[in-house]
Amino acid sequence: MKKSAIDHSFKWFCFFCAGLIGLLMLGFFIQLLLNSRQVWEVFGWRFLISREWNPVAEKFGALPSIAGTLSSTAIALSIAVPLALAAAIFLVNAAPLIREVLGHAIDLLAAIPSVIYGMWGLFVLVPLMQDKIQPFLADTLKIQRVPFIGKFLAEDYYNGFGILTGGLILAIMILPYICAILRDVLQMTPPMLREAAYGVGCTRLEAGKDIVIPYGIRGILGGVFIGLGRALGETMAVLFVIGNMMEMPQNAFSGSTTIAATIANSFPEADGLQRSALFALGLILLVMSLLIQILAQWYLRSATANRGE
Amino acid sequence: MKKKKLFKRKLANHIFRIFSLLAVLLASAAMLVIVSHVIRAGCKALSPGFFLNPSKPYGVPDSGIANALLGSMMITLGAALLATPPAICAGIYLAEFRDHPKVTAVLRFSANVMMGMPSVLVGLFVYILMVVPAGHFSGLAASVALAIIMFPVVMRTTEDMLGMVPYALREASLAIGMTRTRTTLKIICRSARKGLITGILLALARVSGETAPLLFTALFADSWPGDYLSGPTPNMPVLITEYSTNSPFAAMHQAGWGAALVITVLVLALNIGTRILFREKRHAP
Repeated sequence: MKKSAIDHSFKWFCFFCAGLIGLLMLGFFIQLLLNSRQVWEVFGWRFLISREWNPVAEKFGALPSIAGTLSSTAIALSIAVPLALAAAIFLVNAAPLIREVLGHAIDLLAAIPSVIYGMWGLFVLVPLMQDKIQPFLADTLKIQRVPFIGKFLAEDYYNGFGILTGGLILAIMILPYICAILRDVLQMTPPMLREAAYGVGCTRLEAGKDIVIPYGIRGILGGVFIGLGRALGETMAVLFVIGNMMEMPQNAFSGSTTIAATIANSFPEADGLQRSALFALGLILLVMSLLIQILAQWYLRSATANRGE
Repeated sequence: MKKKKLFKRKLANHIFRIFSLLAVLLASAAMLVIVSHVIRAGCKALSPGFFLNPSKPYGVPDSGIANALLGSMMITLGAALLATPPAICAGIYLAEFRDHPKVTAVLRFSANVMMGMPSVLVGLFVYILMVVPAGHFSGLAASVALAIIMFPVVMRTTEDMLGMVPYALREASLAIGMTRTRTTLKIICRSARKGLITGILLALARVSGETAPLLFTALFADSWPGDYLSGPTPNMPVLITEYSTNSPFAAMHQAGWGAALVITVLVLALNIGTRILFREKRHAP
């Protein structure tokens, strides 16, 4: 009798602890919703599509932050994902010693705090962009003159800060992270499948493209979504280099802001309606990252379910 | 015709292999550049006084990072103390009590989702939860924020580690009449303890560099962290942020690089040390 009572309470205690995680998630939602109520009452849905952010006139819109977040994340992913995929395929095929050493190195790099990336971006990458990369892109290649898309790529005015710099920092930051996940996913391909592909005469590229990637495609998507979630919610690395301008970005050279950077930057001096607007931005970020995480988990889970684990 | 096709296939293959080698080299080169820059710029700031003196406003001599280092340790240790016991119990629930598989699945899913929660939102959450009602910033609030970030990580690692314990151990322990509780705590957790410690330490390393939540909770102070419970507490990440963004002085930037070097070395040392000391033998069947 007594014995089972202890067991019973232990189980309930454990259940309570596990339930905390669900409570926390609900808590995030409820709290952000409650604290941003004022903004939704004043602006309604137009808050999402308004371009104006003017604390003096008490006019707030989320579109500049959302646009900055999405464009810097898009730049980061389009650089990091192909590199991470190629690097992961290399690591899976590499000799065991190289795989071991590089694999550990990648795991360690994923652990470096993001504020270090931000600081490096501010003191090294921003001057480099201003003196070398942006003049090369804008004055030598003149990519802003490319018909149709040119005006979204660059402009004649640049100062090193901006979406492109933010995207680059994010790409460097999430590359080891995505690479580590993709490597784990690709390693789960049964060796038999790959060997069979080599056996019928496939080259390594063909085995990778037609066998390994299709086999692990869900896991790969899951890994990409996890990297995407990380890039979306990253604060410090972007905050230092994006320029913190509350305006709609015109092209990849413009100074901009992201949701996370806006919150971290404006929160200390905000009150009243502006604070409520920042909570509303937080709610938007929460919804975005929840959706991405849900997609990521769904893909990763169906990747393991595929193998009947 | 056929020969040309083979040539093309081989060419594509070689191009791809060179591209993937370049990708690996590029990734590692970027990292080497960053880490070596942190080391080079950081070393100039290092001196015994840098580690022994508290931080001071610009211009005051004998400035250091001792208070921030101590404050960061208090905040991170506090987070570990707050997060570890409930997180391990939560992991035990996921791994050991499987009578409601649907509930377990939902909780596991929540933990996975929470692992991707942007840390700036955790900062906002704790700000409203603790800083506003109390009326002041505090190191404790920062510990709570970091604990919230650690919690799902430790929970999921615990579940994975307990899942690797052979089932026969549970059966043997129950068969000699031990209760479920004793079996779980004394047999299963003990045989998985290496994995559990690894999980906790890696989570600790991960949160010790978190900056965004601390901006909303601990803030910063040029004092010793005596106000852990009731006032702004100095810490390394915010010191780095303050010195590099809010200060035009080269001396402050240099101190910022020094602090960046210290925290990078600490995080990497914790990572490497954990991986070497508590390495699991994965080859065992």
